[in-house]
Amino acid sequence: MSDETMTIIIDGVEVAAQPGQTILEAADQAGVYIPRLCYHPDLPPGGHCRLCTVKVNGRPASSCTFPASDGLVIENDTEELNAFRRTIVEMLFVEGNHHCPSCEASGDCELQAMAYRLGLLTPTLPYLRQPRQLDASHKDVYIDRDRCILCGRCSRASKVEDGKTVFGFEGRGIHKRIAVDGAKGLSDTDMSVADEAARICPTGCLRVKREGYRVPVGQRTYDHTPIGSDIEHKKATR
Amino acid sequence: MAEDYAKLVNETVEKFGKDRGRLMDIARALHAELGHLSEDTIGLVADALGIHRVEVRDMASFYAFFSREPKGRATIRLCNAVVERMKGADEVAKAFEEAVGCSFGETSEDGKISLEYTPCIGMSDQPPSALVNGVVLTRIRPQDVPGIVAALRKGEGGGRLHEGGYESSEVELNLRQTGPVVFAPMERGAAIRKAVNMTADDVINELNRARVRGRGGAGFPTAMKWDFCRKAEADAHYVVCNGDEGEPGTFKDRVILTEQADLLFEGMTVAGYAIGAQEGFLYLRGEYEYLIGHLQQTLAKRRRLGLLGENICGREGFNFDIRIQLGAGAYVCGEESALIESLEGKRGAPRDRPPFPVQKGYLSRPSSVNNVETLCCAARIIEHGADWFAAMGTKDSTGTKLLSVSGDCERPGVYELEYGITVEKLLELVGADGAQAVQIGGPSGQCLAPKDFGRAISFEDVPTGGSVIVFGPERNLLECMRQFIEFFVDESCGWCAPCRVGTTLLLKQLEKVLEGKGTRADLDQLERLGVTVKTMSRCGLGQTAANPILTTLRNFPDLYDNLIKPGDFIPSFDLKKAIAESCAITGRNPELEEEHV
Ligand SMILES: Cc1cc2nc3c(=O)[nH]c(=O)nc-3n(C[C@H](O)[C@H](O)[C@H](O)COP(=O)(O)O)c2cc1C
Ligand code: SF4
Ligand code: SF4
Ligand code: SF4
Ligand code: FES
Repeated sequence: MSDETMTIIIDGVEVAAQPGQTILEAADQAGVYIPRLCYHPDLPPGGHCRLCTVKVNGRPASSCTFPASDGLVIENDTEELNAFRRTIVEMLFVEGNHHCPSCEASGDCELQAMAYRLGLLTPTLPYLRQPRQLDASHKDVYIDRDRCILCGRCSRASKVEDGKTVFGFEGRGIHKRIAVDGAKGLSDTDMSVADEAARICPTGCLRVKREGYRVPVGQRTYDHTPIGSDIEHKKATR
Repeated sequence: MAEDYAKLVNETVEKFGKDRGRLMDIARALHAELGHLSEDTIGLVADALGIHRVEVRDMASFYAFFSREPKGRATIRLCNAVVERMKGADEVAKAFEEAVGCSFGETSEDGKISLEYTPCIGMSDQPPSALVNGVVLTRIRPQDVPGIVAALRKGEGGGRLHEGGYESSEVELNLRQTGPVVFAPMERGAAIRKAVNMTADDVINELNRARVRGRGGAGFPTAMKWDFCRKAEADAHYVVCNGDEGEPGTFKDRVILTEQADLLFEGMTVAGYAIGAQEGFLYLRGEYEYLIGHLQQTLAKRRRLGLLGENICGREGFNFDIRIQLGAGAYVCGEESALIESLEGKRGAPRDRPPFPVQKGYLSRPSSVNNVETLCCAARIIEHGADWFAAMGTKDSTGTKLLSVSGDCERPGVYELEYGITVEKLLELVGADGAQAVQIGGPSGQCLAPKDFGRAISFEDVPTGGSVIVFGPERNLLECMRQFIEFFVDESCGWCAPCRVGTTLLLKQLEKVLEGKGTRADLDQLERLGVTVKTMSRCGLGQTAANPILTTLRNFPDLYDNLIKPGDFIPSFDLKKAIAESCAITGRNPELEEEHV
């Protein structure tokens, strides 16, 4: 074995990994899909959603933050873990206020697509029905916090990709929410429609105005193929 | 006025060296001065530090002791922890509401007094207790309340309230049993003088031979932690003492800090020598602010004696000093990586591991985070030797353990006992007859039934960070568990989904069962939720938040079985309630089938 490549075992299959890669990155490269919502390939990991939790040598850990190292034995696509993931997606649905049929993001939404992929048909948990603030003050971009899953992608993208700090968090626990760097709302920040952050949101929360229906329903990202297909496709074509 | 205000903010920021890392202290100082942190203050602080407003708000909105809205000149924070409520906190709360004329969560009409609840402030041995602008009041009786409130209204000392530091707080020691390790007489500098005549490796080796493990809860071998930290290459290393003591029912570090602060600082200095650190921090929970004067004096004395500072005990090049960082009301800051974030002036959000603090801790430098009691043990091991220490306790749990015992017992307080004592023996010692259950390790630990009272307190059997809560035969045990879950709901940091949302859902689901609206399916749902939160959460808080439910489901199944109804499903949605208002308006009373409402 050279110093450069390592091997990890995911669900019994050997997967090559490079030093510095996380388990999730190594899996992606090999065409093995690990469910995730807060991870984005252009951003440092956030560790918020925990959907990417796998068992590393028997112990649960988030694969988007866990460094790959030679010989790790990983469980990923097991009914036990998928049931936990389904429950988390369910939690995210009841935490916010999601009415997919009237949402611009429907069909492109990663939360919705994840629910389908994991087989979550209808939530069995009670809705929390928390009042949440809408911010439509900016001329080009709006925040509909009813659909926020607190994945922090906007905040990381604004910092890392845009070199700004338009977003942050506020409050704690169930009262935590996405906040903006202005006293009066998004219009009071240096947010621009050209920012990476404007198009990084996995759900229908942070959206560019007047773009909502440019792609018709029926032709959207997850209308015909489940989320994760692009990654699994790599394996199929190898 | 506006100028004065901007000047105050700027001066405060200057006072802390315009250092973003001191944001916690800056916010504390401004909050003390202004009574709250308004959006304007947040903006001014951000400008003065040259950072973003959203970063300051992120931090300021996190801690319970920082208010964003104007508050009364005095804030009464009544502790509503489980033990406090068992011992009359609810009656005291009512008396406060009457005397102040507002409810908890509100401010009196004259704007003078605010009422708030706060989780365990480390006084479970002398309940009911409260913090009034940082001063601790204990054993409050409803009849004391009018006097306390009148004194606060007049804005003068008097009644039971005095201004200022340590002396004025009315905290009893309640040290019930001393032992050979922590609560034995000490000679200042004895351990340090021995250490500096050893190599750092030998110091760590001595701890290794003593087989001492962390007293903060996780039980990690201390020698291994110090060794990892020492060997991690970096331009600086840090010693961090975890004095956050937030687990409800724990107050043993309070007694150490009061009686044996010297021993703790001795241990921190030995740690500094062993891992090659020049700086140490004592992270002290905000609730223990009343101790800070005493601790600062102890540090000053040690500096004068050459036990801190440069070339300590004559050892050329061994420089070490200690700074105290006060917290501001957040249980999760006891988690070591959240503590480090807080120490850096940020919200107390735990980090993902790896990397561990011994690799990348404070300011991304290797840091050893140790509990107050652990550091005291370390000092004693160097002073008296590993063999002396390892002769006490059990095979995997050497030495003594401090237990803070509270609840339904005659002699609540702190006990220093050898590891291995059974729960039964302990109950005898503290005077607890006929206990129906004992909560060991606080809400995040386990609820034991009498069938388990023969088990031993130790890492290999029943581990605990020190909290022991006794529930007498009359207590409504599941109601106590419900309050524990409420605690986790309030203290979840919100970073990760399973804990942020899951704790609230656990509370709702448990309440459904306790209200008699549950079936077998609801118990299954309760367990499913609990296991999900436990398995999928990011840090120890979420990983243990379901324990009150999971351990009582296992150890007290009958309590649940007696509450559930036959059948598959009872909706949590109450149709009758939901339409009550419209029924009242329309004057119609639809006939609803009883089973379905
Ligand atoms: C939510 C939470 C709260 C904690 N609170 C404390 C605490 O108040 N004091 C403490 O020493 N350790 C606490 N810990 C454990 C620390 O993370 C850490 O393990 C400990 O400080 C290490 O010191 P030790 O090795 O000396 O035990 C807490 C852990 C969690 C998850
Ligand atoms: S954000 Fe996604 S899940 Fe939520 S309503 Fe829109 S499409 Fe549905
Ligand atoms: S606004 Fe979107 S990207 Fe930002 S935290 Fe919420 S869901 Fe994530
Ligand atoms: S488990 Fe709870 S406290 Fe820990 S990171 Fe997640 S939300 Fe925060
Ligand atoms: S993708 Fe790893 S925690 Fe969200």
